[in-house]
Amino acid sequence: MDLSAINPLVLIASLMVAATPILLAAIGELVVEKAGVLNLGVEGMMITGAICGFAIAVETGSPALGFIASMIGAALLSLIFGFLTQVLMSNQVATGLALTLFGLGLSALLGQGYVGIKPPATHDINFGFLTEIPVIGPILFTHDIIVYASLALIAATWAVLKFTRVGLILRAVGENHDAAHALGYKVVRIRILAIMFGGACAGLGGAYLSLVRVPQWTEGMTAGAGWIALALVVFASWKPLRVLVGAYLFGGITVLQLNLQAAGVAIPVEYLSMSPYLITILVLVIMSSDRSRAALNAPASLGRVFHASS
Amino acid sequence: MLRLEKRPTPSKTWSYATPVLAVVLTMIAGGILFAMLGKDPFLAIKTIFWDPLFNEQFASYSRPQLLVKSGPLILIAIGLSLGFRAGIWNIGAEGQYIIGAICGAAVGLAFYPMDAWFIFPLMVIAGALGGLLWAMIPALLKTHFRTNEILVSLLLVYVAEQLLASMALGALRNPEGGGFPGSRNLKQYEAASNPELIANSGMHWGIVAAFIAVIATYILLNRHILGFQIRLTGESPRAARFAGVNPTALILICMGTSGALAGLAGLFEVSGPAGQISIDFNQGYGFTAIIVAFLGRLNPIGILLAGLLMGLTYIGGDLAQFMLGLPASAIQAFQGMLLFFLLGVDVLTNFRIRFGKVEAA
Repeated sequence: MDLSAINPLVLIASLMVAATPILLAAIGELVVEKAGVLNLGVEGMMITGAICGFAIAVETGSPALGFIASMIGAALLSLIFGFLTQVLMSNQVATGLALTLFGLGLSALLGQGYVGIKPPATHDINFGFLTEIPVIGPILFTHDIIVYASLALIAATWAVLKFTRVGLILRAVGENHDAAHALGYKVVRIRILAIMFGGACAGLGGAYLSLVRVPQWTEGMTAGAGWIALALVVFASWKPLRVLVGAYLFGGITVLQLNLQAAGVAIPVEYLSMSPYLITILVLVIMSSDRSRAALNAPASLGRVFHASS
Repeated sequence: MLRLEKRPTPSKTWSYATPVLAVVLTMIAGGILFAMLGKDPFLAIKTIFWDPLFNEQFASYSRPQLLVKSGPLILIAIGLSLGFRAGIWNIGAEGQYIIGAICGAAVGLAFYPMDAWFIFPLMVIAGALGGLLWAMIPALLKTHFRTNEILVSLLLVYVAEQLLASMALGALRNPEGGGFPGSRNLKQYEAASNPELIANSGMHWGIVAAFIAVIATYILLNRHILGFQIRLTGESPRAARFAGVNPTALILICMGTSGALAGLAGLFEVSGPAGQISIDFNQGYGFTAIIVAFLGRLNPIGILLAGLLMGLTYIGGDLAQFMLGLPASAIQAFQGMLLFFLLGVDVLTNFRIRFGKVEAA
């Protein structure tokens, strides 16, 4: 075993890449949950985004078009969830599960012809001399545009939720949909828009997996990333900046265990592969055991069905 | 202008009609999907739903398969339905199924090559216990730390899958298997095998267990105080608290039962149709069972019928794959679609559709 082979700078740079898919999916889901909707279909939307993005990128040769397609594809899929839960008032837990099951099947169907193909490369942004700065350069200035976009998205979501009227209305709908309705806000419309935003983010995260992180298409390749993103929202107690911390923490664990696997640590590979899931559970337990914190931050109408006449 | 008006009580008629309507709608939408894939939609639907049972050429092979595929689905879905009724969401049955199979098979393999009558019953107990303990993790975390059981039970599926891989490659690997992954084949070890009870019927102990579970659950829900408490908690959690229902006990019982039944399903599968612990032992029964539970409207008899129908789509899917070259994933998407339609048309049970403008109250 040779732990000195693990370069901390490369490790930090690669954890940012590893964290980006769950970061994107989690920030999308955070907005959805802030609007009072629990969408458990993140995994299904991510994998649909992964194959939509992959297929379009391969067909057109342009990763950028792929990323856009992934957002459109997953947002359209999330629209099914939005229609069922908001218009037909179905149970959100069950519908979210259905979205995941359907998404996994649909993506496998769409992806039949794309197994074993290499996607067009997504290039890192050229920062010129900035990359040469010791320590900071290799960590901060060696990434592709999506990594920076995800960071910008976190900041934007934080600012919008905290400082703008749109954010206030969104939070009002999530905290008390009856009051928001009485004030004249279109609860159903706002929620469907939030669900589509969540879908687009999850789709982009999925495409980042298939186009950059892996980069390849295999059935079921998200392997629970969507569920980890859901856990991350709880971990972050519905605060955007904490989503960033959480995602990079999980990214770090994932990269570290992969590095340990490569370095040939005496722990069997299967047990190392379990670690991200086990640590997610552990963190969930710690966060939810603190009664005051968990209860204060969860949107009050989360998961509740809204019907205007009731 | 269409508008929805809440019914004072859910409609009885529609609660029976919606699953049938959902199946019909799924067949139509599935037909469109298959047509888009360039297959004849009518032929595809016929191959999936009709040929496995009535086609002279295939029925003799595929009819017994119906029970083999439906058995685990029914067994798992029955357990899940108890929790779903009470608003306790165990969605990690796939993991409990795997752990049940590992524990049961481990007990059987530990006795190899001894021949005794008590080995198989011991395996059954170990399988149920394995599933039960695996389900107790999310249950206890929920009761003690208020952790969300949906996320924990689901994440544990991935842990169980890794554990399965580790067992197939390590502790349970067949020492005479020439280094290939996978355990000894339990079908060739009589004292630990779960054989077909009646030749060419597909009937094995797992199916017997599924039927017993259906009957027991029916009695529990209709004739026992616990069943009443489960139904009450689901329909009105507040009323349940006033009626003195202990929510902690209910969570443990519902999660434990569903875990034990999923573990049993895994054990009967590994000792019967599958035969051995292998890396790809789990086939997604734990997830499909969620659809079965909802399609059966969380009612034991309904689940029995839904399980048979869903088992049929598995066999029919295999047949369509073989005959028409329909991809296996098309069936998976088809099953997901069924759940969508089911949840969608359920609106008719709880709401009335009214035409015209809203009247002043």
